[in-house]
Amino acid sequence: MKYLILATVGLLASPLLAQNQDLGQPMPEGGEVETIEEGEGLTGSVSFEGNLDDLGIAIPGFATDADVATPANQNGTAALGKELARVITADLRNNGLFKPTGPDALPQPAFAEINSPNWPTWSNRGAEMLVHGYVRARSDNRLTVGCYLYDMALQQQLVREGWIVAPADWRRAAHKCADLVYSRLTGESPFFDSRIAYIAETGPKDNRTKRLAIMDSDGANHRFITTGRSTALTPRYSPDYKKLSYLSYVDGNPRIYVYDIGTGRQTLVTESTNPTFAPRWSPDGRWILYSMAVNGNTDIYRVSSSGGTPTRLTDAPGIDIGGSYSPDGSRIVFESDRSGSQQCYVMNSDGSNQRRISFAGGRCATPEWSPRGDQIAFTNASSFNIAVMTPSGGGVRTLTRGWQDEAPTWAPNGRIIQFFRTERNSGKATLWQVDLTGENERRLPTPVDGSDPSWGPILP
Amino acid sequence: MNTRVATGLILASTIALAACQKKAPEELPPPPTQTATPTPTTAPAGPTVGTQQHFVDAVGVANTVVYFDTDRYNIDAEDSAKLQTQGQYFSQYPQLNFTIEGHADERGTREYNLALGERRANAAKNYLVSIGVPANRIRTVSYGKERPVALGSNEAAWAQNRRAATIVIN
Repeated sequence: MKYLILATVGLLASPLLAQNQDLGQPMPEGGEVETIEEGEGLTGSVSFEGNLDDLGIAIPGFATDADVATPANQNGTAALGKELARVITADLRNNGLFKPTGPDALPQPAFAEINSPNWPTWSNRGAEMLVHGYVRARSDNRLTVGCYLYDMALQQQLVREGWIVAPADWRRAAHKCADLVYSRLTGESPFFDSRIAYIAETGPKDNRTKRLAIMDSDGANHRFITTGRSTALTPRYSPDYKKLSYLSYVDGNPRIYVYDIGTGRQTLVTESTNPTFAPRWSPDGRWILYSMAVNGNTDIYRVSSSGGTPTRLTDAPGIDIGGSYSPDGSRIVFESDRSGSQQCYVMNSDGSNQRRISFAGGRCATPEWSPRGDQIAFTNASSFNIAVMTPSGGGVRTLTRGWQDEAPTWAPNGRIIQFFRTERNSGKATLWQVDLTGENERRLPTPVDGSDPSWGPILP
Repeated sequence: MNTRVATGLILASTIALAACQKKAPEELPPPPTQTATPTPTTAPAGPTVGTQQHFVDAVGVANTVVYFDTDRYNIDAEDSAKLQTQGQYFSQYPQLNFTIEGHADERGTREYNLALGERRANAAKNYLVSIGVPANRIRTVSYGKERPVALGSNEAAWAQNRRAATIVIN
């Protein structure tokens, strides 16, 4: 129902506007996820005492009360139940978390066993934890998905939660279950139920096609937003996922646009003939930072996301660019070459009290404040590695060793950093991620090459 | 590409950096009118005025692009000689508007390179304005590291990509 309404709005978007755009079909906004059976017992102890990397978790298929047709899976709700368990297993395995065993290597529990596991079935499988779940088609066409985590040694339920989702959002229920398990066992905040915006790249090095694209945190639901007729760069999701800001050469000049996902319309971030770069949202979504070059001198500006008069935050001669808010919105870390080379600086969100924080050697570029607030990720633009430091510039740790790694972006919980890696000579760019510890580095699968990843917060 | 000597370079860059936030190349060029018209004049049967090919034929392809050192945007003696040749052409054809494209090499972060390309394009533009080309005839656009001409990942390729290229489009 909601999709129909939104599609109609998309069709009504001004044809005049469309001429000047590089945008593909408008896309439906995501549906709502309603939480039911709010989990309890979040503070209870877990029997396992050891390295969490070694924690075995059995994730059999989710059961269904009645195998019925659903738009979410052509083979019905029973098949969907297996798919849900596969998605959860892949989430944990791909991120180097625990030792998950998926539904294809396990027996299928019956619906009645979901809140009363048949312990002997699971006890000899080397798993310390057991995930159970169910999926049920509702009369309104939506799905109810329940997720339960059990401690095998205690034979006790550790946490449970349920969600009502539109059929198109069935993967979100799986990500929410993976998040529930992850958070309960590690004490960390969730991150799976989130999306990534990035630039999809194809073609030769001197004539690359660069398209704005989006995908779920696990690479699913991939979608191109722009057609590739004009170069698109550096996207950022608004915190509510309703808008995307990005750079486009659609009128021949590099300019920042704000694209409204629901209506398919886009507007310039500021009415000016000057080039604009490096869009950034404040954590509450009320502000957009952008950088604008006037006579070759680039400075950082702030404008209300609902429009209005921009405020100039920096005025140093040279290049001041980028900017990333602290989680409480009070400060901004940004990049400036006012000292003669790219370095990282912190200022208050009104532009006052600008001071350099990077003194560790090497150029400091593209700083990004962790959602937890305790770290800043940046590109070491001398060695082209991804590194982190504290907000005062101390404790620098280098996390990656590619030929050219740049543009870090944080997972919603501040535990993982994505970035892009460029290959020497070919110029081929790919998306990667690494844990804050420097471990579990891996390439993210994308349909074509990728750069400029931007990881959004947990979906609303 | 660059026959420049490193020490001379550093000196030139330092002076330029210190002096040039506004414009002012360290050696002012001769006024464009009195030296006028050595190279371009007659365009026989060939490319027409207002095309890139006409511009290239008139000034010589090497004079259509100026090059920069890593992270720099100063106009040195070699660059100013090229830009003076361009200035003569554009004073001969006052009806032409043109674009200066600023570029950077791949060894920089994307956003910084966009800003750096813009600064380079403006440095070339400011020089042309200082020798009498009206500013409203010159458009600048930065491509950062998005449009390399040399495709290798080595010093020689990067030197060719750190450039401001003048383009005549009707």
